[in-house]
Amino acid sequence: MNTENLIALLVAAPLLGAVVLLCGGRRLDRVGHWIGTLLSALSFVIGLVLFTDMLGKGAEDRSLHQHLFSWIPVEGFQADVAFQLDQLSMTFVLLISGVGTLIHLYSIGYMEHDERRRRFFGYLNLFLAAMLLLVLADNYLLLYVGWEGVGLASYLLIGFWQHKPSAATAAKKAFLVNRVGDMGLSIAIMLMFTTFGTFAFGPVLEASEGTSEGKLTAIGLMLLLAACGKSAQVPLQSWLGDAMEGPTPVSALIHAATMVTAGVYLIVRSGAIFNGAPDAQLAVTVVGAVTLLFGAIVGCAKDDIKKALAGSTMSQIGYMILAAGLGPIGYVFAIMHLVTHGFFKAGLFLGAGSVMHGMNDEVDMRKYGGLRKYMPVTFVTFGLGYLAIIGFPGLSGFFSKDKIIEAAFAKGGTEGWILGSVALLGAAITAYYMTRVMLLTFFGEERWRHRATASPEQPSAEPAAETRGQHSEPHPHESPRSMTIPMILLAVGSVFAGGFFSIGDRFTHWLEPVTHHDHGDSPLSAATVTGATMVVLVVGVTLAWFQYGRRPVPAVAPRGSLLTRAARRDLLQDDFNHVVLVRGGEHLTRSLVYVDHTLVDGVVNGTAASVGGLSGRLRKLQNGYARSYAVSMFGGAAVLIVATLLMRAV
Amino acid sequence: MSATAVHSLWTTAADPIDKIDAPKIEYGQLAPTLIVIGAAVLGVLIEAFVPRKFRYYAQLFVSVVALAAAFAAVVALAAGDYGTTKARIAAMGAIAVDGPALFLQGTILLTGLVAIFTFAERRLDPVAHGNRVDSFVAQAGAVPGSAGEQAATKAGFTTTEVFPLALFAIGGMLVFPAANDLLTLFIALEVFSLPLYLLCALARRKRLMSQEAAVKYFLLGAFASAFTLFGIALIYGYAGSVSYGTVAKVVDGTITSVDPALAGTMGNDALLLIGAAMIVMGLLFKVGAVPFHMWTPDVYQGAPTPVTGFMAAATKVAAFGALLRLLYVVLPGLRWDWRPVMIGVAVVTMLGGAIVAITQTDIKRLLAYSSIAHAGFILAGVIATTEEGISSVLFYLAAYSFVTIGAFAVVTLVRDAGGEATHLSKWAGLGRRSPLVAAVFAVFLLAFAGIPLTSGFSGKFAVFKAAADGGAGALVVVGVISSAIAAFFYIRVIVLMFFSEPKADGPTVAVPSPLTMTAIGVGVAVTLVLGVAPQYFLDLAGQAGVFVR
Repeated sequence: MNTENLIALLVAAPLLGAVVLLCGGRRLDRVGHWIGTLLSALSFVIGLVLFTDMLGKGAEDRSLHQHLFSWIPVEGFQADVAFQLDQLSMTFVLLISGVGTLIHLYSIGYMEHDERRRRFFGYLNLFLAAMLLLVLADNYLLLYVGWEGVGLASYLLIGFWQHKPSAATAAKKAFLVNRVGDMGLSIAIMLMFTTFGTFAFGPVLEASEGTSEGKLTAIGLMLLLAACGKSAQVPLQSWLGDAMEGPTPVSALIHAATMVTAGVYLIVRSGAIFNGAPDAQLAVTVVGAVTLLFGAIVGCAKDDIKKALAGSTMSQIGYMILAAGLGPIGYVFAIMHLVTHGFFKAGLFLGAGSVMHGMNDEVDMRKYGGLRKYMPVTFVTFGLGYLAIIGFPGLSGFFSKDKIIEAAFAKGGTEGWILGSVALLGAAITAYYMTRVMLLTFFGEERWRHRATASPEQPSAEPAAETRGQHSEPHPHESPRSMTIPMILLAVGSVFAGGFFSIGDRFTHWLEPVTHHDHGDSPLSAATVTGATMVVLVVGVTLAWFQYGRRPVPAVAPRGSLLTRAARRDLLQDDFNHVVLVRGGEHLTRSLVYVDHTLVDGVVNGTAASVGGLSGRLRKLQNGYARSYAVSMFGGAAVLIVATLLMRAV
Repeated sequence: MSATAVHSLWTTAADPIDKIDAPKIEYGQLAPTLIVIGAAVLGVLIEAFVPRKFRYYAQLFVSVVALAAAFAAVVALAAGDYGTTKARIAAMGAIAVDGPALFLQGTILLTGLVAIFTFAERRLDPVAHGNRVDSFVAQAGAVPGSAGEQAATKAGFTTTEVFPLALFAIGGMLVFPAANDLLTLFIALEVFSLPLYLLCALARRKRLMSQEAAVKYFLLGAFASAFTLFGIALIYGYAGSVSYGTVAKVVDGTITSVDPALAGTMGNDALLLIGAAMIVMGLLFKVGAVPFHMWTPDVYQGAPTPVTGFMAAATKVAAFGALLRLLYVVLPGLRWDWRPVMIGVAVVTMLGGAIVAITQTDIKRLLAYSSIAHAGFILAGVIATTEEGISSVLFYLAAYSFVTIGAFAVVTLVRDAGGEATHLSKWAGLGRRSPLVAAVFAVFLLAFAGIPLTSGFSGKFAVFKAAADGGAGALVVVGVISSAIAAFFYIRVIVLMFFSEPKADGPTVAVPSPLTMTAIGVGVAVTLVLGVAPQYFLDLAGQAGVFVR
């Protein structure tokens, strides 16, 4: 059997699950979650089979193609449904289906009491199917199908608890912001078609070497806009924090395995285009660097554990985008960080979900504290994820993040120095805010005990927490095994993946045939960079320790500095959007409405009125008298004859 | 006279005279027409000899069987390659048997069959004096409102003559697009027109209006026929022949020999141009092109609605067929003379029909103006002067005729105390009361408007494409503008039906017999099939797009 025929099954399995679960009705309520999980696992197993098969081949023969059917076969416009499985797609397939399956497993316990659990699993499967389609497509048009599918599934899942207005709003916000990015992708695809006459990766990427820089820059910038939407990069980052309204496994799925990684994939996949457009590359690195700091700063100020982690995701994806913008120096590390991040971020989110599960769905970290005794498994796995993300030596994050910082310096010139310093600064802030999360949650006083006697409830920074929190004292407890096992597995990945990838540059060699690799020319030695990283790590952790570990933590957040307050409001992203986009948009639409009413409608209504008036006047010719009809015919005949004769005369 | 002399008349051989050859008639190839005309004659005999209460069934049976048989004959001829490789001119040069003729005859026969179903509908009007009644007057000769009319109604008379009349009309229509000389053309014109004049006068309700319509139609029709006949005379003067082939050869100069009897006129281009214009005018009258359209709204409104539907569909098919043959077979050499004129006619027809339709308040008049606008669209295909133009017109006619019959059949269903409720205000809110009927009518209206996935779109696309390829791009622009104007009043009716509050004293929707249901069902089916999967029929029309010369 040819292995390439299996590729379609990777997508088909979760898609089948989505169809069965969403159309199956209540009969499947009792087994639906198992169907969903098994089909997701099936996809992972097929992925493993293909992976082992791929390992058995030479590096150059590893790319597989499967042509399913021609979607729109028109001359000059060939839209195929065809798949491409190479090393890059393979990495994503394993990450998506593997982490995805663990999250499915976790959700069985987490969503146990939700009566719409079957539907939830249907959406999860749809999410996986769309994401797998996105990374397996062999052309941009099919990629776009998956891209939109991801957008749809995320909308359905973020708004899963649609009875909460905040969830419904968050889902809508995510969808709308993503539309802006989608517009970029569709424009990029149209530009590709007019430039290259095709959408398929192979021809487009080959042809892009000889194409003018201007066109490539335009396509590149549009692709970047698309990536910003899906990957929550500045300026399209605002949906990510609100997306926490979805059930926690959804957050884990969005942040670790699917959705936000799509932008990184898109840029790395389109590497050949960016290589030919240095300006677009610069834009990518700037976006990455800005988002990296933006997310980190937001992460420092949030008291909501999920929102703190969301800021962290934004920041870590910023690292990846930054790396992807560096070109061949960075592609491999962008993907490597993506994979390691997939492990530890999924673990952290599932850990956060586990904490919430035991704390009556409380999300305010100021009302946690000292939980390590009550949730040992969660504590250990979350702790390992924490060490991984801050880049503790030997754990996954250390290897991948360190490489990105090195690569940023290796960019060379002033740019290299700036980007490298930003990346270093980001590492310090990461260490700070993650330590803060860790300390607030698992160490210190058990602040949840005093809640009943605490001063009258003051409006907290997160109004949602008030409504969600129960007023009885929580009884923290460890989560059921279906939730802890995925956390343990992910923790293992968080610890060992980075080291496994880095020994002998395995990951670099693996991806090199697809993304190519370039060592760059670093002004600093690798050891210097690593040393610097360690220093900023220690600084960050220590700072957090002094602030949150030594002093008691107030149950209500202090007012804080201007920056803190701005960071709590997501660095005013919504205010910015409101003032610039909403108000501006309103003004624009109002003036357009005015123009429409006076000018366009004037013309339209004027035309209609004059046609109507003409109609009324012509109608009077139809007076009912046969004699005037005959006159009309006679006149018509005369005109006809004269006209015919005139034609000859002319 | 003596006995011997008388005897010699019997026995003496007369002087030998030249043997008269019996005309050679290819009965097989003319079978469709002969079957229909034969059935019409049989229908007359039925009127004379069959007892009154069986006539309706006998006539219906004969008509349906004859039309089905004639259609089978058309299919058999087409299957025997008479439409393509074996196309020929039969009956001593009088009738052409070729692709366009067979395609149009098939369309006319199917349209006629569906129309006969609506003619035979007897469930819509309430039962009068214990008798079921159809759309036609009890006794055509009775003065409206007189005691005689009441007596006839009471006696349960019905005008079953409508069936043979319709068959005669169909017989004429079958010959019209196939006529291959000008005299046959004229005779066919009269054969199908005269029964139509009569049929228009036979409405059961609003009889005065119906009779007025018939008189107007007759007067104007006779006027137009006179033009046609005079045009034929002029052409004969020019060419010395009425045969299409010969005239065409004289026009393009292949035949130059002059008949001594016509030495004074032959080859005079003024005769040719004036004659051609007059014949064309007669045909434009039949298709209802501006400015020869004035009869259309009055007649469509006054005639019994089943007759309107039949007339609107079948007449248009036959007349456009004849116009195509005239312009493509007889006058191709004159193309550069008639094309600009026809473009002008098409433009005013499209715009005129669409614009005046906007202010109509009666659904039948609205559909009449719509049919005028459609005549303009079809003319756009005629003007293409390419093979593609022929096939696009054929396709359009087939698509349009079924939509038309279906739409008028729906009109017969919506009734109040005074019969059909044709004023538009009464259709308000119909969609709330009878969603199915309103939805069906909406489908027909969308097809008229040319919305994709209906046959109207496929047809319009075909003719406009043919016109554009044929070098009449400006005409297509006007066509699209007219379509936009026309869409307004079609959609307005849909809005009226679905988004207005029903009136308290609004009309009811009658439940028809399977006959009308079949007619409407066929209309919807053809509309959707030709809209969704038109390729087979486009190919069919494409194969049929060559005239025999």
